[in-house]
Amino acid sequence: MAYSTKVIDHYENPRNVGSFAKDDPSIATGMVGAPACGDVMKLQLKINAEGIIEDAKFKTYGCGSAIASSSLVTEWVKGKSIDEAALIKNTDIAQELALPPVKIHCSILAEDAIKAAIADYKQRHGN
Amino acid sequence: MKLPIYLDYAATTPVDPRVAEKLMQFLTMDGCFGNPASRSHKFGWQSEEAVEIARAQIAELVNADPREIVFTSGATESNNLAIKGAAQFYHKKGKHLITAKTEHKAVLDTMRSLEREGFEVTYLDVEASGLVDLDKLTAAIRPDTTVISIMFVNNEIGVIQDIAAIGELCRSKGIIFHVDAAQATGKVDIDLETLKVDLMSFSGHKTYGPKGIGALYVRRKPRIRLEAQTHGGGHERGMRSGTLATHQIVAMGEAFRIAKEEMHAERERVAVLRDRLLDGIKDIEQVFLNGDAVQRVPGITNVSFNYVEGESLIMALKDIAVSSGSACTSASLEPSYVLRALGLTDELAHSSIRFSIGRYTTEEQIDHTIKIVHDAIDKLRDMSPLWEMYKDGVDLGSVAWVAH
Repeated sequence: MAYSTKVIDHYENPRNVGSFAKDDPSIATGMVGAPACGDVMKLQLKINAEGIIEDAKFKTYGCGSAIASSSLVTEWVKGKSIDEAALIKNTDIAQELALPPVKIHCSILAEDAIKAAIADYKQRHGN
Repeated sequence: MKLPIYLDYAATTPVDPRVAEKLMQFLTMDGCFGNPASRSHKFGWQSEEAVEIARAQIAELVNADPREIVFTSGATESNNLAIKGAAQFYHKKGKHLITAKTEHKAVLDTMRSLEREGFEVTYLDVEASGLVDLDKLTAAIRPDTTVISIMFVNNEIGVIQDIAAIGELCRSKGIIFHVDAAQATGKVDIDLETLKVDLMSFSGHKTYGPKGIGALYVRRKPRIRLEAQTHGGGHERGMRSGTLATHQIVAMGEAFRIAKEEMHAERERVAVLRDRLLDGIKDIEQVFLNGDAVQRVPGITNVSFNYVEGESLIMALKDIAVSSGSACTSASLEPSYVLRALGLTDELAHSSIRFSIGRYTTEEQIDHTIKIVHDAIDKLRDMSPLWEMYKDGVDLGSVAWVAH
């Protein structure tokens, strides 16, 4: 179980851990995964009127790679429009963190979390 | 304090320095290196004598006759020899075997192999405590049942099965009873004169001896016969051919001698440390002890920290060497089959840690462990969406999860 230094860095110093108030209309929430599978990710995006992601927070139940993937994603989405954020691919995440093949599902989950949060935003803003 | 702290004595133990000292006397030209099977010179005679002393030391720990001890390469081989050997030898009496779902893989996989040879195997469910229910075992017995294999002490959760009662049941039905005692030697009293056990597996390295050596107890009265699995020069009464590993055998003998001498004092000392550990973590919310709370060895403590995932917990506990019930490091993401057999939910099984304490564990190490565990749980729960939901009063069972 040799983690890359980037995974260890994100695991030991996770960026943007926390939660926003769920009922705030500018907040979009995406929750993916299942406890039975050993990982659940909650990603929240604070999106302004122009559709730009101003801030992001996450909470993750899962292995070090899952925590690192979600931490990395909160850094990447900040400042992006929701359309730009939707383009983030699991392969980019896996490459940045040098995830081994057995941990690729962590990066897929992180990509799914972004998509779920955006879908939540669009649904709530009737778009 | 030296880090990491070793709390994985159930995986393996370090060799006791007294044992290592002894082992080294049986290797070089200056030492006693002869082949114990060499009958024509002093080198062989000396080695044979050393092997017989070790055989007696092992027999003494379990109150058996030295002639009932067969040396093997370890408990895995002992389990294979016992189960396959007895099942095959007595196959004309029947082809049904019984074991429990929480047995070690060395028993379960041996059973699987026998299934491919045409044997039928019943894998018995255990209670939530991890213990085998005697009535359910009785109900599983058929007229063609020939061998029952139940472990003494479970390696993951440390529960002690009622070997005496199961032995009485087996004897009354004329069924051969095999017990995997790899985790039991030096931890519980074993008296094979009173226990109705026919075959018992031992390991060197779980009891401060070296790896690569083990033994199988094969009862003489009533006599149990086995089909050999390793053929050759007919060593060990024909049951296990192969030149005896004198240095390892002598070391295992010494380790078992020390175990007999010190086990009661050691058990008390380990229990004090275990209580200290449990006391130190009991104020953490949602912590569950896995396995029966009373019928257990003090050395193995398996706990689940709800809403925290096992692999990340192991990462956070990097300064302590423990093992996780969650096998997430493999691609399968499968939680421990032992914990699943106890009826634990996937989440709890994924969140389990086995702390195993032993001969060289100190109070200072336990205190440091308690602190590290607190910090890790705080950190990971702060990060856990499941913990947040639990705190908000959300019933996690009612959430429509998207499995992946």
